[in-house]
Amino acid sequence: MSELRHLINITDLSVEEIAHLIDVADDIIEHPEAYQDICAHKKLATLFFEPSTRTRLSFTAAMMELGGNVLGFDQAASSSTAKGESVSDTIIMASCYADIIAMRHPKEGAPFVAAKHSSVPVINAGDGGHFHPTQTLTDLMTIHRKRGELGNLTIGLCGDLKFGRTVHSLIEAMIRYDNVRFIMISPEELDLPSYNKETLDAKGIEWKEVRSLEEAMPELDVLYMTRVQKERFFNEEDYIRLKDSFILRRNMLETAKEDMIVMHPLPRVNEISLDVDEDPRAAYFFQALMGKYIRMALILFMLGIR
Amino acid sequence: MNLDGVTNGIVLDHIQAGKGWDIYNLLGLEKVDCTVAIIQRVSSTKYGRKDIIKVDGDVDIDLDVLGYFDTNITVNRIKDRELLKKVHLKLPETLTGVIQCRNPRCITSVEQEIVHQFKLADPENKKYRCVYCDTVYKEKK
Repeated sequence: MSELRHLINITDLSVEEIAHLIDVADDIIEHPEAYQDICAHKKLATLFFEPSTRTRLSFTAAMMELGGNVLGFDQAASSSTAKGESVSDTIIMASCYADIIAMRHPKEGAPFVAAKHSSVPVINAGDGGHFHPTQTLTDLMTIHRKRGELGNLTIGLCGDLKFGRTVHSLIEAMIRYDNVRFIMISPEELDLPSYNKETLDAKGIEWKEVRSLEEAMPELDVLYMTRVQKERFFNEEDYIRLKDSFILRRNMLETAKEDMIVMHPLPRVNEISLDVDEDPRAAYFFQALMGKYIRMALILFMLGIR
Repeated sequence: MNLDGVTNGIVLDHIQAGKGWDIYNLLGLEKVDCTVAIIQRVSSTKYGRKDIIKVDGDVDIDLDVLGYFDTNITVNRIKDRELLKKVHLKLPETLTGVIQCRNPRCITSVEQEIVHQFKLADPENKKYRCVYCDTVYKEKK
């Protein structure tokens, strides 16, 4: 691959490229031994300007399983940002030391700035409430493995649809597949932003808003739960008022389809009761596992190896 | 339209009445080294009243900025006292360094060196989105 590629938004990847990543991830699951040294002597920099567990660990595990090395930091306080260094300077420095960068930043658009200045591929590992494309790849991989296809689905998006970056990216990704419809389940204050609604309308995608999980449940093929994120609120009162808006309990799944899947980008706080974990439709820990495989495929793709 | 007094330069016509000074400031015309005239509240068959700016000199006008401000303005380029070209403005596809993103979560809110940039998202409603955070620009009321 001669052209330097970055992944800022999920739409930076074509449907064909996503299909390719899923094929490679499937092959990694089937033949892990064939990939264990494929990134030997390559370095991934994980630049995490805000805390993360899953995303950082899965990037780290992904690079290690490919035989590569990982360096970086996991909070802004331990980087030069605490001294006032700009994103662009940090990235120029990091591209001197690494072959590929995965970056998380609390400010929206920071990875876009990084990509402008980097001499190695930059992967957006989450920028504020904006985009989170590798979570979306994880979600697509999960749906592919559990449902066998990425079209012909009714997807329920539940919880914080206003600040939930995973939701925004998932919508952008799924509207490119045939016969996908959405049911938005959220309190009014956490409704989907207008630009997402405009996109859905412009593409002629069927969607509706409901205010209760029970109402949507029987129609769903995928239920995508999200956490109300404390760190996105300027006002703690609003957070406290809205945080328990939607809680999924196992008895609520009685009206759900047998082959429906429950997804969640994790971490959960209390929006999915622990008893749901026992239900075969619970797919969120499987989803976390898929995150590692699809990130392995992504690293190979961005480095031009596969 | 009156082109009198301009040998080589431009005449900005159909400026909304009372907005002549705003356009003068927006284009930084106080810095040009030539004759500039603002004519205010001129009778106009099209708009009732209008302002006109005449610049008698070779100046580089940012048509994108002007188009964002008001697409009704017409730009007349004058050469040897003759109308060389009449340009009708349209909304620019991108705006660089003209308006500021006000989203406190945007990277531009903390890094002062980043030039604010917007893309035209909805021409019908003159909606621009920040290229960094996708927030729609809203003018101060």
